[in-house]
Amino acid sequence: MDSPISNIPSPTTNIKRILGWVAAASILVALLGMIAVKLIQVQQGQVSSGSAPDFTLNTFDGKQISLQSLRGKVVVLNFWASWCKPCEDEAADLEAFHKAYKDKGVVMLGADYVDTEKEALAYIKKFNITYPMGPDLGTKMSQAYRIKGVPETFVIDKQGQLIKVIVGPTTSKDLSQIVEPLLK
Amino acid sequence: MNPQLLITIYKVVAWIIEQVIQRRAESSPQAKAKIIQQRRTSAAWSLVGTLTFLIGTLAASMFMCVDFVFAQDGKPVTDDQVNVVAKQLFCPICENIPLDVCPTQACAQWRDTIREKLAQGWSEDKIKDYFVQQYGERVLAKPRTTGLSLYVWVIPPAAILITALFFAWYVRNARMKTAAVVPASTEDEDDDYSKQLEKELAKRR
Repeated sequence: MDSPISNIPSPTTNIKRILGWVAAASILVALLGMIAVKLIQVQQGQVSSGSAPDFTLNTFDGKQISLQSLRGKVVVLNFWASWCKPCEDEAADLEAFHKAYKDKGVVMLGADYVDTEKEALAYIKKFNITYPMGPDLGTKMSQAYRIKGVPETFVIDKQGQLIKVIVGPTTSKDLSQIVEPLLK
Repeated sequence: MNPQLLITIYKVVAWIIEQVIQRRAESSPQAKAKIIQQRRTSAAWSLVGTLTFLIGTLAASMFMCVDFVFAQDGKPVTDDQVNVVAKQLFCPICENIPLDVCPTQACAQWRDTIREKLAQGWSEDKIKDYFVQQYGERVLAKPRTTGLSLYVWVIPPAAILITALFFAWYVRNARMKTAAVVPASTEDEDDDYSKQLEKELAKRR
């Protein structure tokens, strides 16, 4: 038979036990939380509305262009790569769109996603691209916009709000239809 | 994570706790009544320990190399030299594929870049720094031990350490409880005990 006293857990023992379980549960919850946050981020998809994430594009010709500096203009941001075949399908159209709208308050930008400079420059030359293009250094821009692949195109209005996300190749005609109302 | 490894970890932790309880119980038959309860608790702690280890490793993975310098001696850079660097980098657009075995066009381009940099006399570290700057920390096969990447190295050992501390704390508690269990007593002894208890209580009144 147990001692009557030994059968009664002291308040200190109870508190220690509770604290132990609380600590263990907290650690598990914290670790699970980290995994959950990452999974949610992965599942979220592209940023498709609200204020467009700011960025600074370091172009291949040595200029720096920040989104902030383009307030008051419609910005079309295209993510591409030289190794991306669908990007080639839209390259000529994007250049045509740039030429048609560059004097109407529309800025076309190309962010080169995980690419090598030599091939990127060859791509630019091949398609005679004249709008600013630069590498997505450290994949910061693509992470900010949570792109899922290339090509992807984001249309941002004069106030810096995201208006449209185009997944896959687009055309000059489609872009015109999106951009025209934003210029009024 | 190998499921067999997890099961083994769980079994080992459960077995150790079981042995501690069993030994205590053998020395004090009266404690046998507590075994079922303690077994339940030990199973729970084993589960907690295993889960902490698993989740810690998982969290770390959801986020060292030898430094060679190649002389610019005009000799062409071999595939082996390229692959020494490439295997320390991961393809940023494929899932978990080292650059040296990645079959995509993008990876072929990156291997060519490594070859060019090696031919220019760049060191491994310099090439890796270049890749990190271009494509981010995620391209590194082994995360760095500085900045935010440090947590990848810290969390799994920390999870193991915390589990071990909880385990030690639990074993110590179980031992103290078992030691507190007194052997079976006769009625006379019980009477003596009751008398002594009454006496002590009377003193305090």
